Amino acid sequence: MSDTSFFTSRLDEALGWARKYSIFQYPFVTACCGMEYMATACSHYDVDRFGAGLPRFSPRQADVLFVVGTISQKIAPVLKRIYNQMAEPKWVVAFGVCTCTGGFYDNYATVMGIDTLLPVDVYIPGCPPRPEMVLDGLMKLQDKIQRQHSTGRQSAPEPRPEILQP
Amino acid sequence: MNASSLVGSVRDHFPEAVMSSHIYRGDATVVLRRKFLIDVAQFLKEDPALRMNYLIDVTAVDYSTFGKRPAPAFFASSGVAASPSPQIPDEDPWPGPPGQSRFAVVYHFYSMTLKHRLRLVVPVEEDVAELDSLTSLWPGANWLEREVWDMFGITFRGHPDLKRILMYEEFEGHPLRKDYPVNKRQPLVEPIN
Repeated sequence: MSDTSFFTSRLDEALGWARKYSIFQYPFVTACCGMEYMATACSHYDVDRFGAGLPRFSPRQADVLFVVGTISQKIAPVLKRIYNQMAEPKWVVAFGVCTCTGGFYDNYATVMGIDTLLPVDVYIPGCPPRPEMVLDGLMKLQDKIQRQHSTGRQSAPEPRPEILQP
Repeated sequence: MNASSLVGSVRDHFPEAVMSSHIYRGDATVVLRRKFLIDVAQFLKEDPALRMNYLIDVTAVDYSTFGKRPAPAFFASSGVAASPSPQIPDEDPWPGPPGQSRFAVVYHFYSMTLKHRLRLVVPVEEDVAELDSLTSLWPGANWLEREVWDMFGITFRGHPDLKRILMYEEFEGHPLRKDYPVNKRQPLVEPIN
């Protein structure tokens, strides 16, 4: 806040407010977590209350990439390409433990967490996460969007911790 | 047809093809010599008493480390039964790996009309890991054989399009072989950090 004037800081706040209540998600659903994603999106939990009710099935129209389900090495280039096609500002949510860390898959086929491929903003662990956790993750993402600079600049993602091989 | 008469039928028609057979809890298994596979499969499909019109599954087993490694610690501590409960009598126990061959290709057949099933096991040597394709008899064998080739590197003679089905084209090796390093990764996209 120190490097911005009063006017720009208020503009940032207004833009953040507008952005955080108009989340257009791109659901990249590959596995069983998709069921929980659908449960969250439907009327019982209703993500539309948070302004995130309209998934876009084109990455060019989406703001938030929801990576839902195990990412295999085979599909990793596709995910990377989808991310690159999205316009700035963009955010990434890792939905479920497989996208966060690889989960219990530690084998030849699975990417050990999508943060090896993309910068991730919010991690929602769980196998699968309950809809309440998804909503909590969504609200954390809204907080993050609200705090962001109006140009879309965001703080660099935390470096991935070193994995110790036994 | 029950399990023992299924085995008997195959034994009667192909006495020189059958290496051994066993019936484990009502499921019949016939171990075949490799060169008779296509003949036996055709017999199973076309014989009016068998009519195996459904090829359920084709898979393979790599026996190269069978019995040479201790059970994973997970199974020792998790309460998962590693062997059948002693309370259940095992009249015809599993006889173990079929011979000294490294691989065994396993076929599961089922007759939709006659409601019986049979398992064929074909031992395959490592240096000649090749079998006849069954795609001419069951078109569904196409993808199943591609999967066996992808995972185990066993080729199928006469297969119309033998290429990888699960892994990507750039993948090297066959990951379900026991000598594939368990920690080996072949990412298509380089990690960012």
